[in-house]
Amino acid sequence: MNKTNRLITIIVTVILVAIVAAYLWDARSTVAVLSSTLRQSTPLVLGALCGLLCERSGVINIGIEGQMLFGAFIGFLANVYTGNLIMAIVAALLAGALSGLLLAYMSVSLKMDQIIAGTVLNILALGVTGYFYQQGLTTQGKLPTVPLGPLADLPLVGPVLFSNPPITYATLLLVMVVHYVLFYTRWGLRTRAVGEKPRAADTLGINVYKVRYWNVIIGGMLAGLAGGFLTLEAVGTFERNMTNGRGFIALAVLIFGKWTPFGAWGGALLFGFAIAAQTQLQLSGAVDIPHQFIGMLPYVLTILVLAGFIGRSRPPAASGIPYEK
Amino acid sequence: MERPNKLQSIAIPLIAVLMALLIGAVIILISGSNPLAAYGALLEGAFGSAKGIARTLEKSTPLIFSGLAVAFAFKAGLFNIGGQGQLLFGALVAGIIGYAVSLPALLHIPLAVLGGCVAGGLYAGLSGWLKTQFGAHEVITTIMLNFIASNITDYVADGPLKDEGIIARLPQIQDSAVLPAIGPVPTGFLLAIVVVFITAWLLDKTTVGYEIQTVGKNPNAAKYAGMKVARTVVLTMFISGLLAGMGGAIETQGVVGRFQPGFNAGLGFEGITIAMLAKTNPYGVIPAALLVGAMQSGASQMQFDAKVAPEIIDVVLGLMLFLVSADMIIRRLIRARGDDDSQPRLSSGWGN
Repeated sequence: MNKTNRLITIIVTVILVAIVAAYLWDARSTVAVLSSTLRQSTPLVLGALCGLLCERSGVINIGIEGQMLFGAFIGFLANVYTGNLIMAIVAALLAGALSGLLLAYMSVSLKMDQIIAGTVLNILALGVTGYFYQQGLTTQGKLPTVPLGPLADLPLVGPVLFSNPPITYATLLLVMVVHYVLFYTRWGLRTRAVGEKPRAADTLGINVYKVRYWNVIIGGMLAGLAGGFLTLEAVGTFERNMTNGRGFIALAVLIFGKWTPFGAWGGALLFGFAIAAQTQLQLSGAVDIPHQFIGMLPYVLTILVLAGFIGRSRPPAASGIPYEK
Repeated sequence: MERPNKLQSIAIPLIAVLMALLIGAVIILISGSNPLAAYGALLEGAFGSAKGIARTLEKSTPLIFSGLAVAFAFKAGLFNIGGQGQLLFGALVAGIIGYAVSLPALLHIPLAVLGGCVAGGLYAGLSGWLKTQFGAHEVITTIMLNFIASNITDYVADGPLKDEGIIARLPQIQDSAVLPAIGPVPTGFLLAIVVVFITAWLLDKTTVGYEIQTVGKNPNAAKYAGMKVARTVVLTMFISGLLAGMGGAIETQGVVGRFQPGFNAGLGFEGITIAMLAKTNPYGVIPAALLVGAMQSGASQMQFDAKVAPEIIDVVLGLMLFLVSADMIIRRLIRARGDDDSQPRLSSGWGN
């Protein structure tokens, strides 16, 4: 444990030094890349937190992609028809919760194969959002940037950390909230117990099904929020299949982060940085690589992460196994 | 106990299809159109004319291959969601061999198809290798490889091998590589039927097939019996990808006439629905693929006559997949009993 801690401290220090050096060298590009890193990582963090809650309680969720798409679409529709961004966020959360309920019903109650259950969710989401989406719907704006008073005027950290739109702030908070809830509350202890040793938890009077249902539903809300981020904060409009694999990348991020909130956050930042850096390189014309190769970078990275890390980190023991009373 | 199970494995998909169509009708009604007119136009478009039937068979052909690819992998407990990427690579390689090589048709056609098969097989085999070697789950790697495949094939079609003109695509394949049609029946469709029989034979009558099914049912027992589980996993993925790649090659050589990105712009997930409707039985893939192919074939007529967006098909397909996978719901409805061993069992969990 001490060894890992020391390693993490060293890595974080090196990264911070590198950031400051880069900032001194080229302030504008550094700020641009770092802000973009944070924005790109936001849906991945939320998706990974969704997967985290599900898997910690023993349900593999391969349907994050579909849940995000539902959230993105319903949030977008609510924005179109009410023009109220708060309502739109609520709608995205509800859509995510509903998709979580469906997933829980399939994997907990029906005891379906959980990989197939998630795939069903993905395919249903693609079909339903594709059918009900009409071109030409226009929204009434997207979530604005909220600078946090004087903090936003600080050099480097101001524009990067303290001058963001609301869902990005919320995501940073949620990482801490999920960490606290999971490791320092009764709810978290029960969730982890159910995900590791459901039989023992059941014997102690914990309702395994109920714990799994709630975690999957709340996880669904986070995935819905990730979708809301795409339509309400990042892009401002909906496109068919706009999640583009982010739900799956989020799973890789989760595994990379060894099923912990902060680990997942770090993993998401790494992915976000990869995307942000290649965009910046492309824009500056510093490199001339065909855009298709740059476009597939996150997907290649996902495979490498899966191949490199899965053996070295241990998933919750009961993840993927339906519980029979 | 043999008979009721057999009956159920036909009855449950049928009920799932009917229920999905019914829910689809309600959705059409809610969105303000007439479901009867819509389904009528769909049928008319798919089977109402010789041209319609030919189109239905043409649409069903790659679906048979992609359904077969998923069903085959299911037999070993593997979930190949990467049919789309494997099909793209198959189509690309067949397209390259089709235009760049000059041979008599008797050699050219099979060479291009074989090239497509190998390309798809290797691409899927990569996922199998990543699974056995590193424990990376094939569901995620095959999906990621889908995205990567569409990027790479886009690049090839827009870069080094691009045809003259503005459109990003490869040159037309030579006449000697074109798969002809026999009347209204595309040769590719006949080939697909033959491949279904070969696949069924491979699974049921050969040692390899036996090993694949044993690994799917109980990998521990397979290991204990001295089977090389890792090798079987990679081989299964290879054959599964080979089937998908063959579908791509036949699409290039029999339908499109060249490699053009986005020709198969569908969701790429139909194969999963087809395999589940077929209850992973190779023969069952044929009617399931025909059903989906007919829906795709009649979709434009439905849009034209009944003003229903063709995307409703994706909704109905999603519902079919849901109902046939969550077959507990239907079992309760028809009060079916008995253990369900026709439902695929996947290697759940991450790694190993």
